[in-house]
Amino acid sequence: MSKIVQRPKLKWSERLYLPAIFGGMKVTLRHFFAILTRKKKVTMQYPEEKWDAHLPNHYRGAPTLVMDEHGRERCVACQLCEFICPPRAITIHPEEIASDEKWAKVEKRPKTFEIDMARCIYCGLCQEVCPEQAIFLRKDYVVVGHSREEMVHDKKRLYELGQTMDGLVHKWNELK
Amino acid sequence: MDWHLLIAAGVKIVVFVFLLTLPLVAMAVWAERRVSAAIQDRVGPNRVGPMGLLQPVADGIKFLLKEDFTPAHVRKTFFWLAPTLVMVPALLTSAVLPFGTKLFGEPMVIADLDVGPLFIFAVASLTVYGIVLAGWSSNSKYPFLGGIRSSSQMISYEISLGLSVVPLIMLYGDLNLGHIVREQAHNGWTLLPLWGEGLSVRGLILAIPMFISFVVFTTAMFAETNRLPFDLPECETELVAGYHTEYSSMKFALFFLGEYAAMIVGSGLCVTLFLGGWSLPFGWLTPADTAVDVPFWQGLIHIGVFFAKVIAFILFFIVIRWTLPRFRYDQLMKLGWIYFFEIAVLNIILTAVLMWLLAPGSAA
Repeated sequence: MSKIVQRPKLKWSERLYLPAIFGGMKVTLRHFFAILTRKKKVTMQYPEEKWDAHLPNHYRGAPTLVMDEHGRERCVACQLCEFICPPRAITIHPEEIASDEKWAKVEKRPKTFEIDMARCIYCGLCQEVCPEQAIFLRKDYVVVGHSREEMVHDKKRLYELGQTMDGLVHKWNELK
Repeated sequence: MDWHLLIAAGVKIVVFVFLLTLPLVAMAVWAERRVSAAIQDRVGPNRVGPMGLLQPVADGIKFLLKEDFTPAHVRKTFFWLAPTLVMVPALLTSAVLPFGTKLFGEPMVIADLDVGPLFIFAVASLTVYGIVLAGWSSNSKYPFLGGIRSSSQMISYEISLGLSVVPLIMLYGDLNLGHIVREQAHNGWTLLPLWGEGLSVRGLILAIPMFISFVVFTTAMFAETNRLPFDLPECETELVAGYHTEYSSMKFALFFLGEYAAMIVGSGLCVTLFLGGWSLPFGWLTPADTAVDVPFWQGLIHIGVFFAKVIAFILFFIVIRWTLPRFRYDQLMKLGWIYFFEIAVLNIILTAVLMWLLAPGSAA
């Protein structure tokens, strides 16, 4: 069934079109002057202004490796993150910790630990799966490079980004 | 051969057209982008230079460096000719605009013609050839439609544009734009007759048909320069980009700049005819006669006033563009032929009757 919509009957002042133009210009000029007098904030001027201070703690930036309070690298090279990583961005080569070293009871540590940031999708599954709480997604989001090689974060870079994180896992501590 | 006149004309052409109008074209593009951004609650280009003022330079470099691609299916001669045919008439029309009084004893107008408005209408309508040739030589359907639309639109509005100026010419009895401005400086602007002889019953009543002229003239000017709400030749939503769809690089830039140059010259003409050209209101700093030499600083002020008015008018153009939606094509034609043409003709009759009734000698 069709429904006929009647066109509204316009008064002569509306048919003149000029009042409509001025009405429209009132709207546009109101916006124009609101921006001009900075009454209205538009958007953040990114490289100069940043949102960094307001990032929430659960922000998922670049994945990083962390040390514990004794300066021991937390990663025990179990390779769970490597297996769960959906885009297969993580590559780990484990090595054994020599028996004469301080943390010999930990048995394994990563010889190399590489995260290809060109592949990483910031899903956070590595952090979720890690039994040692050694890998965390921190607040770094500016990951840039001129080549694919530069986009691969090696172990050194990962610890640089991750630094130290206290507490959480205590099973390797001396007292235990 | 009077070398002095030739050199003076050359200097005026270089200064007025290349050092004032062309940079103004570039700044108009920048203003368009910043103002439209502000109207839509955005920021606009603000990166290149202070407040993004050097954005036109960056755009220019980009246009120069882009590949100048000529499609294989176009008619080359006309394809190359079209962009210049848009740009050149737009700049040519600026020759008769009086943009100041005198500087170093030289009248500030490139060609002091006694047929100013006629010259402008004659040359400005050549722009349509550029657009039609662009549409036709592109050998592709959308540019073709754009060219067709443009020609019919320009021909339609040319009539009301010309007719809307007739009452004004009747009032001043002169076709020299310089004389018209001088008259306005002494006896009140066409739209604002508040001093001199203009401040009388006759002057105020005659301002009514002048206002109608102004509305018709401005609207027709919008249509002539293909600005929104009448930009149907390039109407992105229907015709991709209209007549310049097949153009790239500097040839596209010429179309783009030609449109803005036409807009600036149109604003200049409107300011000259209706808003008193270089004159300040209430006859301030107005030289008594053409023969009188004006001090250097006054000459500069007059040029400044002219450009301030033109810039204000360009801002009006820009705000209108971002306020009104585009007309439908049949509405455009209806507006041109059924309303504006008749209004312009009736306005001439109205002016004639009013001038006859209120003739200074009749003592009515």
